Amino acid sequence: MNEDLFEIGGLKLTSRLFTGTGKYGCDSVIPDVCEASGSEVITVALRRVDLQSDTGNVMDFIPKNMQLLPNTSGARTADEAVRIAHLARAMGCGDWIKIEVISDNKYLLPDGYETAKATEILAKEGFVVLPYINADLYVAKDLVNAGAAAVMPLGAPIGTNRGLKTREMVRILIEEIELPIIVDAGIGRPSEACEAMEMGADACLVNTAIATASDPTMMARAFGRAVKAGREAYLSGPGATKKHADASSPLTGFLGGV
Amino acid sequence: MSFYPLVKKYMDAALDEQFSAVSEDDVRRALAKTSLDANDYMALISPTAVPFLEEMAQKASRLTAQNFGHTIHLFTPLYLSSFCSNHCVYCGFNAKNKIPRSRLTMEELEVEAKAISATGLKHLLILTGEAPAKAGVDYLVECMTVLQKHFPSVSIEVFAMDEDEYARLVDVGVDGLTLFQETYDETLYAKLHPKGPKKDFRYRIDAPERGCKAGMRVVNIGALLGLGDWRKDALLTGLHLKYLTDLYPEVDIAVSLPRMRPHAGEFQPSTIVEDRDMVQIMLAQRLFLPRLGITVSTRESAEFRENILPLGVTKMSAGVTTAVGGHTQHNDQVGQFEICDDRSVEEMSTALRKCGYQPVFKDWEPIFDMETTGV
Ligand code: SF4
Repeated sequence: MNEDLFEIGGLKLTSRLFTGTGKYGCDSVIPDVCEASGSEVITVALRRVDLQSDTGNVMDFIPKNMQLLPNTSGARTADEAVRIAHLARAMGCGDWIKIEVISDNKYLLPDGYETAKATEILAKEGFVVLPYINADLYVAKDLVNAGAAAVMPLGAPIGTNRGLKTREMVRILIEEIELPIIVDAGIGRPSEACEAMEMGADACLVNTAIATASDPTMMARAFGRAVKAGREAYLSGPGATKKHADASSPLTGFLGGV
Repeated sequence: MSFYPLVKKYMDAALDEQFSAVSEDDVRRALAKTSLDANDYMALISPTAVPFLEEMAQKASRLTAQNFGHTIHLFTPLYLSSFCSNHCVYCGFNAKNKIPRSRLTMEELEVEAKAISATGLKHLLILTGEAPAKAGVDYLVECMTVLQKHFPSVSIEVFAMDEDEYARLVDVGVDGLTLFQETYDETLYAKLHPKGPKKDFRYRIDAPERGCKAGMRVVNIGALLGLGDWRKDALLTGLHLKYLTDLYPEVDIAVSLPRMRPHAGEFQPSTIVEDRDMVQIMLAQRLFLPRLGITVSTRESAEFRENILPLGVTKMSAGVTTAVGGHTQHNDQVGQFEICDDRSVEEMSTALRKCGYQPVFKDWEPIFDMETTGV
């Protein structure tokens, strides 16, 4: 299994789990999460980065060996995404860029047309472009033509933790698209990441499920292992399960008996 | 389009009866759904839902963490001008109140902006009363030339204006609009706003929508809880939020939950909105609109603000003064209302961290002037 490297934008990666920097109760947990997950690529919302701040910046917590994947979160058009990408490069974040173009704040679904436009412009400029899209074959094909380095279909809308709802569509992308397929958004449990990997996805990006777990570091480790397990299963044969649990402790106790 | 006909429809209906007709099964059904309609929302706001608050809280807490994580956005209001031609009976800046009035000059503004920015805050909310001759759109545009140097994100909480006036402000970098309807009860509204341009109920109710059309990225609305029947106002606020969310999916629609506070005038709230009521409103809104931004101001106590952290709140103000020039000048200016949580940005951040929440100072990158700056 040691030979099973994952190559993207000329970079050879041993881990197929990408992580994020958003939603943590405290950024100082990020280094532990990175280590526990084994992840080598981490995404960061450019709009959150404040280089002028001396009160601590998310960039300070990203381990130096990680590949930075700035994203264009907040962009509503191709034009805005391109400007954010330029800003990211100017800020020294490197050439990788995750395109997120979302003009629907209700479901946070990505705009395929604007995403393809931004991808085309940035790929020509030499960026390693990883676009976040709906699991849509035609958009994915446009992205191949536009010069994307990978395609990142959603498993379910961002932050929903609903899992791999787009299973069949992702499967089609895996079958039809030559580029690496990285399942991004919606994955809520390690078992679901494992399933995506078993189906043949090349990698998964997980943020909310790790950042909002009671113990993000342990959850990161679980995801790291799940992604590995799924990958091994894909290389050898299928199989996966799901389970659920809910913890609850009173949140309205302070009201003194409602 | 206008939300006004819907307000009329609801307010003319027998809302009290509808609230009391809600059954426990209606509440349970609403709790079990992932996508709630207006009836579900009404059920959760109703008195019948009170025994279900804990269940609502568990679900609201999960939804909030999923959508926003363990983070709270911090911002601070900056009062630019206390001149006002309106007669809102519940407000300290009411034209009838004999208080010293002032307006910041650009030099004074620069000093205030620097002081606020030095605390780490990058999101600013600028406020004025309604006095177009003293502090109108031109004045706000002028202020933006100063503020843009210090803040990536500036929102306005001023008077209602026309769409092209909002568009002018968007053009100079304003990205958010906060405008409170105060109350959705038109009859009560008329009593509370006896004189001044704010008297026009309909013009005000359609203003947030004009802001959406003009390209504001965040539009924040709310009712001043306690002015009227809070259940009705909360219901209509929720429906207004939904109306805007459905029509303008590209805009971040948000709500504030201000409760009446003591102030320099004589008017006192007609109903007391208890902590429990306020929690019920917030929970119902979170379940109804899982991606809704929810702001809780320093009108609330530090203790209450900490207790409600996991329930739905996403934005808080910190280091607040409601007096013009209050961030740097220790003068005798009267504030718009009294604040309750007077912690500094530093103290607020420490408290949030202690509760397991990350204070977020910056969440916006103004990319529109990149071209001019050559990036
Ligand atoms: S609420 Fe606003 S408009 Fe009304 S009196 Fe106060 S400052 Fe003026």
